[in-house]
Amino acid sequence: MTDLTRLTAAEIAGLVATGETSAVEVTQAHLDRIAAVDEQVHAFLHVDTEGALAAARSVDERRAAGEDLGPLAGVPVAVKDVLTTKGVPTTVGSKILEGWRPPYDSTIVERLRAAGTVMLGKTNMDEFAMGSSTEYSAYGPTRNPWDLERIPGGSGGGSAAALAAYEAPLSIGSDTGGSIRQPGAVTGTVGAKPTYGGTSRYGLVAFSSSLDTPGPCARNVLDAALLHQVIGGHDPRDSTSIPAPVPDVVAAAKLGASGDLTGVRLGVVTEFTGEGAEPGVMAAFRESVEALAKLGAEIVDVSCPHFQYALPAYYLIAPSECSSNLARFDGVRFGLRVGDDGNRSLEEVMSLTREAGFGPEVKRRIMIGTYALSSGYYDAYYGQAQKVRTLITRDFTAAFERVDALISPTTPFVAFPIGARTADPYQMYLADLFTIPTNLYGGPAISVPCGLSEGLPVGFQIMAPTMADDRMYRVAAALESTVGTFTPPAL
Amino acid sequence: MTTTLPAYDEVVARYEPVIGLETHVELGTNTKMWCGCPTDFGGEPNTRVCPVCLGLPGSLPVANKAAIEATIRIGLALNCSIAEWCRFARKNYFYPDMPKNFQISQYDEPLCVDGHLDVEVNGETVRIGIERVHLEEDTGKTLHVGGATGRIHGATESLVDYNRAGIPLVEIVTKPIPGTGALAPEVARAYVTELRDVIRSLGVSDVRMEEGSLRCDVNTSLNLPGEEWGTRTETKNVNSLRSVERAVRSEMLRQASVLDAGGSITQETRHFHEDTGDTTPGRSKETATDYRYFPEPDLVPLAPDTAWVAELKAALPELPRLRRKRIQQEWGLSDLDMQSVVNAGAVELIEATVAAGATPAAARKWWLGELSRRANETGVELADVGVSPRHVAELQGLVDGGKLNDKLARIVLEGVIGGEGSPAEIMTNRGLEVVSDTGALTAAVDEAIAANPDVADKVRSGKVAAAGALVGAVMKTTRGQADAKTVRELILERLGVQG
Repeated sequence: MTDLTRLTAAEIAGLVATGETSAVEVTQAHLDRIAAVDEQVHAFLHVDTEGALAAARSVDERRAAGEDLGPLAGVPVAVKDVLTTKGVPTTVGSKILEGWRPPYDSTIVERLRAAGTVMLGKTNMDEFAMGSSTEYSAYGPTRNPWDLERIPGGSGGGSAAALAAYEAPLSIGSDTGGSIRQPGAVTGTVGAKPTYGGTSRYGLVAFSSSLDTPGPCARNVLDAALLHQVIGGHDPRDSTSIPAPVPDVVAAAKLGASGDLTGVRLGVVTEFTGEGAEPGVMAAFRESVEALAKLGAEIVDVSCPHFQYALPAYYLIAPSECSSNLARFDGVRFGLRVGDDGNRSLEEVMSLTREAGFGPEVKRRIMIGTYALSSGYYDAYYGQAQKVRTLITRDFTAAFERVDALISPTTPFVAFPIGARTADPYQMYLADLFTIPTNLYGGPAISVPCGLSEGLPVGFQIMAPTMADDRMYRVAAALESTVGTFTPPAL
Repeated sequence: MTTTLPAYDEVVARYEPVIGLETHVELGTNTKMWCGCPTDFGGEPNTRVCPVCLGLPGSLPVANKAAIEATIRIGLALNCSIAEWCRFARKNYFYPDMPKNFQISQYDEPLCVDGHLDVEVNGETVRIGIERVHLEEDTGKTLHVGGATGRIHGATESLVDYNRAGIPLVEIVTKPIPGTGALAPEVARAYVTELRDVIRSLGVSDVRMEEGSLRCDVNTSLNLPGEEWGTRTETKNVNSLRSVERAVRSEMLRQASVLDAGGSITQETRHFHEDTGDTTPGRSKETATDYRYFPEPDLVPLAPDTAWVAELKAALPELPRLRRKRIQQEWGLSDLDMQSVVNAGAVELIEATVAAGATPAAARKWWLGELSRRANETGVELADVGVSPRHVAELQGLVDGGKLNDKLARIVLEGVIGGEGSPAEIMTNRGLEVVSDTGALTAAVDEAIAANPDVADKVRSGKVAAAGALVGAVMKTTRGQADAKTVRELILERLGVQG
């Protein structure tokens, strides 16, 4: 019998649609897989067994009634714990929201349900999506299925590891500085950050509002595109959502899979291909560039001189916004409350709650952000960072006048051992060196596996102009058609 | 403190006041600023809330177009320039009535800037500069239980009602207003009154100070003539037009006594007390508040279309000041009479009464006379006295038709206020109609003449004034329901005397 957990999302949907298998069978297979391996991987914070089986039954009933089901009906999806799920715990990887069951669904989850996908549960993440290794989760780290002693990337390590461990064929992540792409890179999976405003943030617990972008994660490019199509598009509940149709990413992925990139101009970002990346990463990247050239793509070098300031600008903008976004976690209306013994003042209870509820990285960023927004420092920090952001955007616009897409490695290094970078925040921040510029610009970018370095996956990043998400899918699918997909050793 | 305050005349002889006003107006939009929750006043606590106005994790604001339109119309009515591009900003501070622990407001990019409002004080026009008009969200309401003061300090419990959280709030800030001298308190009051009338005429808020839909903070400072402006204080909790005037006056007196004693004014927030008319210091903040304003990243910038703004401007209603000038002419009132109508807050009421059929003179008589007296006695706004313009017109119609005399009309009015129905209903139900049946009256007159032969003789002998006693007697037997003029005529007729 076919192992249902090894199939692609497209294959599962096809089997469910024809009745060769049922959504319940598919769901049960994945729940069984989670039960078998998640103790080792710890991709999930919450598995919604009942909810998943109920959703699967509903899909089977609708099929039996002859209803026209969508292209992903019956396919299980794991959702990063940053998105609200009605009645299902949502912690954002933080103690401060332990036990909180939101009274409403995020738009993404609402669309997933409407599409007949089956939500398996909520995946682990760095607390409030701040981190690049999932080690900052208040509920313990997720482990990389390629090597359980190594990190799965972050902040969406749970969503990426769930795919690599065959616990789910699809998952949802959120990308503020690389939190979809970098975990994708280090777990050998595909992760796409859509254009900012292309996917709704309604119900996404905010880290940095001007950067946060929910997006699809999958084991192959077409599956990612199918998921992207389902979750994307305008949402009137998010004022920053773009009122335009989703670019046809599915068609683009299919076109790319044909392996022809004739007429496509790709720009290698010279700032990201010199020193700073591991030799093994660079070697895999160079080989992939050659492979793309063989498919007909024209390769040119493009300099983006301001990209080198992206990391410092990001570490002012994101913490500034987070210092304000996280103010609402005060123990008054929801979540954790500490010290409310009838003798302490409101201020003391708020303070004790936040002291106990937030982890060290979250506190660090709240402090940096509070400082950067302070009167007298605003212009020098937040204001200056916004100017840098404008310059980075100009680098992108100038580059896209010359090329269709920019390419680079996704992250400078392969999965590192758990604990290797927690002592030095800056070493951790470097993991997002190549992914952050895109977030500051707002365009789409995708990470697709392109090879191995010392037995560990290397990610290839394709960055496209805003609302040209289809372009990156075409290139990603073309690359995948020539380098293939990567399977981790059995757990 | 037992400091004796100096006399007001002496204060304004020595010091020059500078005032400034910050007014918050809750807009009467159907829904809140960022979500679809209803905005009506009242309602069980925490029933008009959703994830957005509760600031639940993940929720996002979406701006209410009706609120933006209302703000632009207020700006236009106040002669402001409307920004072609502006943004919302976050004002960060922790307080439990603010669900997100930041308020979405506007900071250095307000929607409307640089306007003015002309107000009349003692027949003079004073032009008040408007610094800015911006849009923000209201907070919830906190109820502190168990403390002596009803404030957060000393309270054992604090309850928060978020029904009000997220209601659109417009802030209107004046430029500093120097040069008003002794009239400063009246100018402040006249400004808030005029602003209230302007906003009411736009139909964007019910601007009721007692319900908090119009709230006012008053800035006051004093300086010696020719010197720089003094340190200002900001007085909050000013909840009526009268309080605006009293708060400025009280703060001027207090500051003068501090300055007279060689002290200096602390820049602080003060709290106005309706009962004593004094101000006391607000909660002192150990450190200056840093609101860490930054552009609200959850909202796109506002760029009102210039054609739309022009349309809104063209569609503005006749503003109160111009309307008053027109009405004054139509009603034939002197400046002074018009001023008293305005001061009584009776313009719209008289207008509506006239529209319902009364003459301007009669309408004015009722609203400025009997009804103003009752409003003052019971401490309510004239509009809330319990009588509608339609009732007043109907009542006057009964008087004009001879069915009620003034005394009976006042009794009927009592009935209207008591909720007994319309004037005509009350007249009929209570049998108050003037007795105009001459047969019945003649009998009463004859009875009175027979009972008072001495008086009757006096009248017959030419002392016509003595007839008053007979009139009184007839009125007594008819329980006041006779028309005194008719009674008098009848008496003289029966006694064969010319009136």
